Amino acid sequence: MKRRGFLAAAAVPALAPLLAACSGDSKNQLEIFSWWTGPGEEEGLAKLIKMFKEKYKGVDFKNSAVAGGGGDKAKGKLAARLASHNPPDSFQAHVGAEMFDYVDNKVLDDLTSFIKDNKFNDVLHPATVKNMTQKGKMYAIPVDVHRANLLWFNPSVLEKANVEPPKTWEDLISQNAKFKKAKLITLATGAQWTLLQLLETVLLGQLKADSYRKLFNGGKDWTESDVVAALNVYADVLKISDMKHHASDWQPQLDKVDKGTAAYAVVGDWAYAYLATAKKRKYKEDYDVVVTPGSDGMFDFLADAFTLPSGAPHPDNCKKWLKVVASKEGQIQFSLVKGSLPARKDVDASEFKDYQAWNSKQWTDPKTEVVPSLAHGAAAGPAWSTKITDALGEFTTGGKAKDFAAKVQSAYEKSQK
Amino acid sequence: MRRIRKWGPGLLLISPSLVLLAVFVYGFLGWNIRVSLTTWQGINPSYDSAGMKNYSDLMDDSIWWRDVQHVLIFTLVFVGGALLLGFFLALLMEKGIRGENLFRSIFLFPMAVSFIATGIIWSWLLDNGEGSNLAGINKLFSAVGLNFLENDWHKADSSWAISAVALPAGWALSGYIMALFLAGMRGVPDELREAARVDGAGEFRVFWHVVRPMLWPTVMAAVVMLMHISLKTFDLLYALDYNSPKLETPALYMYRDITDGYYYASGATIATVLVFGIAVIIVPYIWYTMRSERRS
Amino acid sequence: MSMIRTKWSRPALITRYTLLLVFVVIFLMPIYVVLVTSFKSPAEVSVPDMWSLPHHLSFDNFIKAWDQPAIHHGLLNSILIAGTSAIVSSFLGAANGFVLSKWRFPGADWVFPLILFGMFIPYQAIIIPMTQFYNDVGLWGNGEATGGLLALILTHIIYGLPITTLIFRSYYAGVPDTIFDSSQMDGAGMLRSFWHIALPLAIPGFAVSIIWQFTSAWNDFLFGLVLTTDTSSWPVTIGLNNIAGVQTIPFGQAMAAALIASLPTLVVYIILGRFFMRGLMAGALKG
Repeated sequence: MKRRGFLAAAAVPALAPLLAACSGDSKNQLEIFSWWTGPGEEEGLAKLIKMFKEKYKGVDFKNSAVAGGGGDKAKGKLAARLASHNPPDSFQAHVGAEMFDYVDNKVLDDLTSFIKDNKFNDVLHPATVKNMTQKGKMYAIPVDVHRANLLWFNPSVLEKANVEPPKTWEDLISQNAKFKKAKLITLATGAQWTLLQLLETVLLGQLKADSYRKLFNGGKDWTESDVVAALNVYADVLKISDMKHHASDWQPQLDKVDKGTAAYAVVGDWAYAYLATAKKRKYKEDYDVVVTPGSDGMFDFLADAFTLPSGAPHPDNCKKWLKVVASKEGQIQFSLVKGSLPARKDVDASEFKDYQAWNSKQWTDPKTEVVPSLAHGAAAGPAWSTKITDALGEFTTGGKAKDFAAKVQSAYEKSQK
Repeated sequence: MRRIRKWGPGLLLISPSLVLLAVFVYGFLGWNIRVSLTTWQGINPSYDSAGMKNYSDLMDDSIWWRDVQHVLIFTLVFVGGALLLGFFLALLMEKGIRGENLFRSIFLFPMAVSFIATGIIWSWLLDNGEGSNLAGINKLFSAVGLNFLENDWHKADSSWAISAVALPAGWALSGYIMALFLAGMRGVPDELREAARVDGAGEFRVFWHVVRPMLWPTVMAAVVMLMHISLKTFDLLYALDYNSPKLETPALYMYRDITDGYYYASGATIATVLVFGIAVIIVPYIWYTMRSERRS
Repeated sequence: MSMIRTKWSRPALITRYTLLLVFVVIFLMPIYVVLVTSFKSPAEVSVPDMWSLPHHLSFDNFIKAWDQPAIHHGLLNSILIAGTSAIVSSFLGAANGFVLSKWRFPGADWVFPLILFGMFIPYQAIIIPMTQFYNDVGLWGNGEATGGLLALILTHIIYGLPITTLIFRSYYAGVPDTIFDSSQMDGAGMLRSFWHIALPLAIPGFAVSIIWQFTSAWNDFLFGLVLTTDTSSWPVTIGLNNIAGVQTIPFGQAMAAALIASLPTLVVYIILGRFFMRGLMAGALKG
């Protein structure tokens, strides 16, 4: 008897959430799904949420964020929800190939008339518009633009080793001897996806923008000799990295540069948010940044966007959210803490300082070559990029460049069928 | 009529369970095989037939074979290690020692901890930082002068890196094996041992000739339990280093396949092969257990 | 226990205890790290110093870990999931075990191994059909109100059946048939004897079965990962992995969160360890 009483007592508070879930399905809710839980990104999202709550009172806001820098864990959860026709009201997606795949899978609603009615297409940067439009229809509102081809470093470490930031990947490799002597790591790495981003920046630096773009639209075969040569450079770059002691995500990866135990790290400009906002480090003094070797005048681009999923429970609230996301104020506020740039082209560079001012100038320069990021969904859709990740796993654990190229190429051909 | 009256209520009592298990175990296993014969790649289901293509593709897939190699290495090291350690611990405690309950509890408690928590805790213990970043077990080794034992654990540059996972897995399950052996050893009737002792046999000979032959069923039970756990291991690897190509096994490959690239058909193929791999071990064991039960 | 305690020689005894103590230290090592780290103040926590004792006790890490909804809400969800599935699964298991050990209907020899097999299958092999099925019957997705919690509970109940059936079958096998004989004459009597005699008799069986099933449901990860569609329905293992799995939260908090998430099963284990042991034995088909 006693035992039964105990169980009953334990069951009552435990049942509460279940009952609440049954009865409290709020009519006026907004659920936003993202993978922004780390320093910098979490604050950026919080800014948008705050603006939304001030503007649209009475909406019950629900922040569903699944941790993991590259979003690989989050995307898995999201896919299950989409497959079960149980989408959030809006979810984070990368424009380009990843978003087009959602369109092909028929899980996104067409936002063309919404975008045109609000004249968002006139104010967004043409590169982002191009990557959110498929067959004349638009499917997402980009909130920011990120740059992936950036090499972050600790100026005092370079000074001590008496080297300048490298102009080519070969330069970087040759600097290794000096860093090694000082018992420093030349290049810090993070989770598996950071190796993919490193790969794309090496390809970009070695092959340049035009060939790089063609790798992803079928215009260039991966098995061509210049690609394989670039892949071999990548293998050499890995050799001077701390891959064996890789950090578990991009923040601890940057920590090594910040602490001065590593010289460089290839990280997108979310690094800026972490270093400047979360860690309060000073630009040019505590940290500095250049484009990755060989990619001057190129902008390896990705953009976070929000969508309207088909069957979203509160589409009207979603559109309210998208208006906040698209607003000039929202984009500035968001980028200031996240380290990104606004996806709009009508934001003056003077809104920003330090790294962001430098970056903003290049982004708005019409001569800059904008190319899509591979690691962040702009260049390759999930089906192909899963196979690329598979092949990269083999390549980075002792595989051959030639085999990697052949696998990526054949996976591309299969994904086109 | 009499038969129904006789067996009817019994069947009624277990039929809810039987129906549920028929659907959830066998129905779903069949459905999974069906998915493995389709072309389903994408968020939404598609059941266009692909014949055996997914299976032949899998046999040509180097990632699959790499992952099979990983799980075999892990199984070898983990099953062997946990078996030896469990046996050794049981041997130490066999004859009853002071504070036996306390010892047994300490060796067994890791089993009550989830693999996720175990993985998170051990990912820090198996840290492979160097110099001022030296941490975890490596730091202990260095503190007691055993520097040569320091290593990169599951991040090592070797296809055997996954064998480092046998440490957390063994930590979690060796106590279980100890308990099995302890029960097995104590199931040997004392009269048999006494008889041997009267014949002048030393303790070692008593163990070797009397106890050891009677432990085979325990060894088999332990091996089968450990092997099927090892083939299924998912959470521990997921928590230790998600997406690391060095730690991927078929169980993780299947999950990554369906979540990253929506390769449902090929994921179902991997899962089907995995079921058959486990069935090869489990079915004979269940059959053997049932047969010996009927005999006794 | 009926065994003869032979006298140890002194050196042999010392060797044994020394070896046992060495293993005790090794087994407790991870817990030591968890404890000292989570009781340090956040400023004091550092990975290279994980072995050093805290300078003064601080509960900050626990407070911060507990503040995360993934932990405090996850704990409630896990209690609900593990508690419900353990109780329901045990009742069904008791019925199965009773019938399979005392009323061996024709074909019972085949039914039992078929039930048992469910315990060993890798869950990867059923997650695709299962989510499809739940989706079709309206228990998953499509705005289902519990965020997958109901489906998760049901799944644990069903996949708990093989082990609970096994536990009760072994338990009833040890109960003499004569107790039930008087009512065996007709079928209705059988139901009566199950309810009035067999169930009350099996209280110790319930303890083993409920504890075992509670622990495995609590520690589950894959089902929770696949079936929960909403962060507010996450069991604590998923929540723990979400916050502590990507090492962006401080090490001290990760350790405190791992401890909080493991505490309920550890407490159950410490208080009711001997029932846990019996579950272990049953799990290896050695009733």
